[in-house]
Amino acid sequence: MLLFNTILIGLKEIWSHKFRSLLTMFGVVLGVASLVGMSAVIKGMENGMKEAMVAMGGADKVLLRSQPVPAHQDHLADQAPGRTMRDVEALRRSAPLLRLVSPEMALEEVTVTRGDKSIQPGECAGVQPEVLGMNLHTLEHGRFFNEVDEENASAVCVIGVGIRDVLFGAPEKIGVEINPVGERILLNGQPFTIVGMFVRYMSEKEAKERLLAKQLSKTEAGPSSGPKRQKGWERKGGWAFWSKNSTVYIPLNTAWVRFRSAGDLSGVPDPRLSNIDIKVRDLELLEPALQQARNVMMLTHHGIEDFQFQTQENQIESIAKQIKNARLSGGIIAGISLLVGGIGIMNIMLASINERVREIGTCKALGATGVDVFVQIVVESVVLALLGAITGVGASYLLVDFLIVLSPTSNTPVITPVAMVLSVVFSAAVGVVAGLLPAIKAARLEPIQALRYE
Amino acid sequence: MALLELRNISKIYHLGGEEIRALDDVSLDIDAGEFVSIIGPSGSGKSTLMHILGCLDSPSLGSIKLDGTEIGKATQRELAQIRNRKIGFVFQFFNLLPKLNVVQNVELPMIYSGVGGRERRERSVRSLELVELGHRLRSRPNQLSGGQQQRVAIARALVNDPRIILADEPTGNLDTHTGEVILALFRRLSEEGRTVILVTHNPEIAAVTPRKIEIRNGKVATKLGEKLAGLERRPTPVS
Ligand SMILES: Nc1ncnc2c1ncn2[C@@H]1O[C@H](COP(=O)(O)OP(=O)(O)OP(=O)(O)O)[C@@H](O)[C@H]1O
Ligand SMILES: [Mg+2]
Repeated sequence: MLLFNTILIGLKEIWSHKFRSLLTMFGVVLGVASLVGMSAVIKGMENGMKEAMVAMGGADKVLLRSQPVPAHQDHLADQAPGRTMRDVEALRRSAPLLRLVSPEMALEEVTVTRGDKSIQPGECAGVQPEVLGMNLHTLEHGRFFNEVDEENASAVCVIGVGIRDVLFGAPEKIGVEINPVGERILLNGQPFTIVGMFVRYMSEKEAKERLLAKQLSKTEAGPSSGPKRQKGWERKGGWAFWSKNSTVYIPLNTAWVRFRSAGDLSGVPDPRLSNIDIKVRDLELLEPALQQARNVMMLTHHGIEDFQFQTQENQIESIAKQIKNARLSGGIIAGISLLVGGIGIMNIMLASINERVREIGTCKALGATGVDVFVQIVVESVVLALLGAITGVGASYLLVDFLIVLSPTSNTPVITPVAMVLSVVFSAAVGVVAGLLPAIKAARLEPIQALRYE
Repeated sequence: MALLELRNISKIYHLGGEEIRALDDVSLDIDAGEFVSIIGPSGSGKSTLMHILGCLDSPSLGSIKLDGTEIGKATQRELAQIRNRKIGFVFQFFNLLPKLNVVQNVELPMIYSGVGGRERRERSVRSLELVELGHRLRSRPNQLSGGQQQRVAIARALVNDPRIILADEPTGNLDTHTGEVILALFRRLSEEGRTVILVTHNPEIAAVTPRKIEIRNGKVATKLGEKLAGLERRPTPVS
């Protein structure tokens, strides 16, 4: 018995009942499409969350937050020092389990202006060079701040590419990549010199689209070729990337001297930092590292616990949980569809062997063994299921396209080969199982009854 | 030793307490190379006998030996192999597989005996040329006339080079002229040394064969002209 012929005969059988086979396959098509589609959506979610996580500084970043003084220390609230450079220095010196301590003095309601163009940056803060490692920034042009800038409170800044796009023009609009280093811009009316610019942060999907757009414009060379794309990229790729791209950093001291020391809204100079971000040396040692940091802080704060740590553990856990739930529900839907598909196939195979009793009898008269007949029926069932699976994989591409159109987010569904292979294997298994009963029935047919059957 | 030896074969059906003896204590021998017809009225048990001869059916009582092997003791698998290698069937209603074309139908027995693709194709084409259908390889059964379909069935029966050809009313569905063509084919096969057994209720057809076995009510009635036929038979040595 040769498998190739068996498959060929199976295909002929399926082809001779095109419509019936199509209807039968539908269950499997749905099952596979939902399996592949679901896992693509989940993969998209996963990617989106991971990318956003990295954009926000990675999983090992811990925020040192302020908190209201606890109830039992209420009477000490006046003496609560808030988070200051004292804490930063102390942590850097005395908490060796911390890798990075990055202070930030955020400036609220800043408007960046150049000529007639202006923008409110996603983040504007005075920082020290640690911020690069903390928020995973990479410079594209120029340099970051050095001790001299810090010391002199120089009026220099480093900007994200989103700021450049607004103030100087985006490359996809004006056609050239502008290097803004050395240019002057105004921060709330004070002149600052740009000394550096970060690279563009974007999701993998956006990166691909940009590459494609670039290649397209190259092949379609010429200024007036086709309608120009009007939509900017600013908001594309989700909030996390947008906000990271529209950063403006100035030296910490500059923020203090030029914006804060003159007094905040109520006119009092405020040396408190708005953020202290820390990174631990080793995620495994997160607990002891936080304990160490807490001890140091308790000292500098005279035992007043007006601070707390916020790790990304919760986010990571909730991401994992969401993904697990989505997987489960997707799996259940796909499982039910495949089950229904399997029942459909079994049903149609039973009908098919009833119609073919004479043919089966003839084959047995010609020397087919029970095993030959069994294999033939199972192969047919599997071929039916696999055709359904292949159609389903095709359908899942449509499904994913449809989902993208329906809700264009940064969590673009990604069809993974693993999901495809898995669903095809599942379908084959469904085909085998669905074919078993009909195949046994066919194999057991007595050749003589099969021949007499009218 | 005869090629086929039937001893006290009975086939009994039970229908609601009633006992139907489709075959009743049949004993007979068929030698290698014989050209035999089994004749009798409708319902007499001819088809039942042929099915038992062809290992498609097993008797309720009695024993058959084919080529020295006791069939009653063979497993299903062995029976399938015997049907495949030693016996070629031709049916009244042709029993071609409608979804396969002519060559593919003829290739079928060789698929079950595991002959490789190229040899299979060559042998079926040769077999089809033998029945003068070498030019209709790609036709579907329903595109052929009844006579052509029966010739395809004969080509299929021959393709594994079996020693025995069993045909149940092979001309029952054909007009007289076509029937004669088919009969001539069987005669030629017999002359080539094969054992050919024809089942028919038509005495004219039975007249073609040297030996006739007449069945009535499940019993062998007379063995008309058996001795004579036996003498007239060409002594063909069959290997
Ligand atoms: N499966 C069965 N169950 C009950 N009775 C059966 C069965 N098969 C055959 N018979 C009976 O056995 C007897 C012989 O049948 P068989 O088909 O061998 O006759 P036949 O000689 O071939 O007739 P025909 O010339 O009409 O084909 C009939 O009486 C038939 O009713
Ligand atoms: Mg009959």
